[in-house]
Amino acid sequence: MLALGPRVSESRKRLFRLLHNGAGRIGVVLTSGLLAVALLAGWIAPADPFVSVGPPLRSPTLAHPMGTDDLGRDVLSGVVYGTRTSLLLAVVVSLLTGAIGIIVGSLAAWQGRRTDDALMRVTEFVQAVPRFFLAVIVIALFGPGLDRLILLLGLTSWPWIARVVRAEVLSLKQREFVEAARSLGAGHLRILFRQVLPNALPPVVVVVSLSAASVILIEAGLSFLGLGDPDVVSLGYLANNAQRFLRVAWWMAAFPGAAIALAVLGLNLLGDGLNDVLSPRGGH
Amino acid sequence: MAGLLVLNFCIIHLAPGDPVIALGGEHGDAAYYAFLRARFGLDRPLPEQLLTYVANVLRGDLGTSFVLGRSVASVIAERLPATLLLVSTALVLSSVAGVGLGTLAARYRRRPADIALNTAALLGYATPSFWLGQIALIALAVGTGLFPVQGMTDARNPQTGLAHLMDVFHHLALPAIVLAVNELALTTRLVRTGLLEAFGADYVRAARAKGLSESHVIRHALRNVMLPIITVIGSRAGMFLSGAVLVEVVFAWPGLGRLLLSSLLSRDYPVLLGMFLIISIGVILANLITDLAYARLDPRIRYQ
Repeated sequence: MLALGPRVSESRKRLFRLLHNGAGRIGVVLTSGLLAVALLAGWIAPADPFVSVGPPLRSPTLAHPMGTDDLGRDVLSGVVYGTRTSLLLAVVVSLLTGAIGIIVGSLAAWQGRRTDDALMRVTEFVQAVPRFFLAVIVIALFGPGLDRLILLLGLTSWPWIARVVRAEVLSLKQREFVEAARSLGAGHLRILFRQVLPNALPPVVVVVSLSAASVILIEAGLSFLGLGDPDVVSLGYLANNAQRFLRVAWWMAAFPGAAIALAVLGLNLLGDGLNDVLSPRGGH
Repeated sequence: MAGLLVLNFCIIHLAPGDPVIALGGEHGDAAYYAFLRARFGLDRPLPEQLLTYVANVLRGDLGTSFVLGRSVASVIAERLPATLLLVSTALVLSSVAGVGLGTLAARYRRRPADIALNTAALLGYATPSFWLGQIALIALAVGTGLFPVQGMTDARNPQTGLAHLMDVFHHLALPAIVLAVNELALTTRLVRTGLLEAFGADYVRAARAKGLSESHVIRHALRNVMLPIITVIGSRAGMFLSGAVLVEVVFAWPGLGRLLLSSLLSRDYPVLLGMFLIISIGVILANLITDLAYARLDPRIRYQ
């Protein structure tokens, strides 16, 4: 069947425009750089982040460009694997929140008033729950683990996305091309999935990249309190470990935190750039 | 609010581990377990337990700390002032400086000052507060000795009266600035964007055409620009408090953050749950205050 809406397959043109947008370019470079680090962690990291490879608390040298920690572990390896953990968490949580947000948002906009009201009450409630502190409580009671953290952040980070999807679907469902599809005899689901949602996606992508940044910050904060998964290295864990050695080993604190800041900055800039490129107003 | 109480209750009940076994030991006999269950009301149906819990919370009874042996409410009340002092100082700092810097950036749009401020704001917004705290500690407190490293007062040199106040402010400066940076960055960006948008609006053009001075025009525009910004700041209360907790841990500031950390280490669940409840209520109150402030500032909105 014909796709009646505005063509969505402009993606190449959009990528081109993204790369010509100041914020977007830096965002793309930072995010893809960190993604590469995360994917190639095994090749980039000089050592196993849990294994002692040198003298303890050694300041940065050629052999250990980011120094070693109190147990003689290589900080660079910790940062590389920690970046992998942060990004893995961000990607999985984003997929989960994206899915929930799209389902809740489009149900609220597509079904009648009642469903809308009920779902929006739920959305407001979840939005009011302080995510960070809920995570603290749940991890304190159930024990640490990446799996429950993903589930928890996934189940609490979607309201913003749902609101954006709802607003988009509400405005799109009145448009002529949806009318046209309906008059051609297309069913509800078909219209929603083939016509409406693809056109609602651009602002959702922006929100997802911004929310991924906040997920990275929350995980870092939790690990900094010692609530991270003890079986994987994370940037927050490294920062937590550095806290006791601030007076003697600045490098233990400086590099992991910088990696968090870069990841968050990259995702924020990517979101800003996407917003400029994808929103109808931002086309320069 | 009611939803929060139910959520808190559910977390308590879903948590692994039977509280009776925690209290009575693993090798108690069945009769003793039954006695404990009856004593703490754990043999009642769940809805009834929920009602009891809600009634207790409404009476201000949040349970008793496992470790300190005192009521959770009093433990939290003891730490709350320090956190409130830190949070409110940071909020005032970030709002005042954010409006100032945002206005500056908007006035000198696309000039070096604007570009520098924008870059700084982007970096400031992305920096985790605990890391900024660590770096500030290393550079300014440990490195130069300009600021005290930890705590709220100088324990070796207790002061009274005005000197005590100055001592507290000296300790407060660094954590408050560090905590303010994230919000400051956000406020600066929002004020800049809002003002630039307002500069294109008719009412600003009219004000300029009347020959009002530029500072008058900006004051005029700011009133309109501040409305959405207040909403954003209010909606970030939860993020702001979590930042405060982390900054407190870095600077050993004796507020809720320190309490959270020590309760985590000693597995003092009643205190943790009580803190979660208090913080959630605080976040909801912040949202409420935001809405009311919005209504006060915007004559178009009236709550009946």
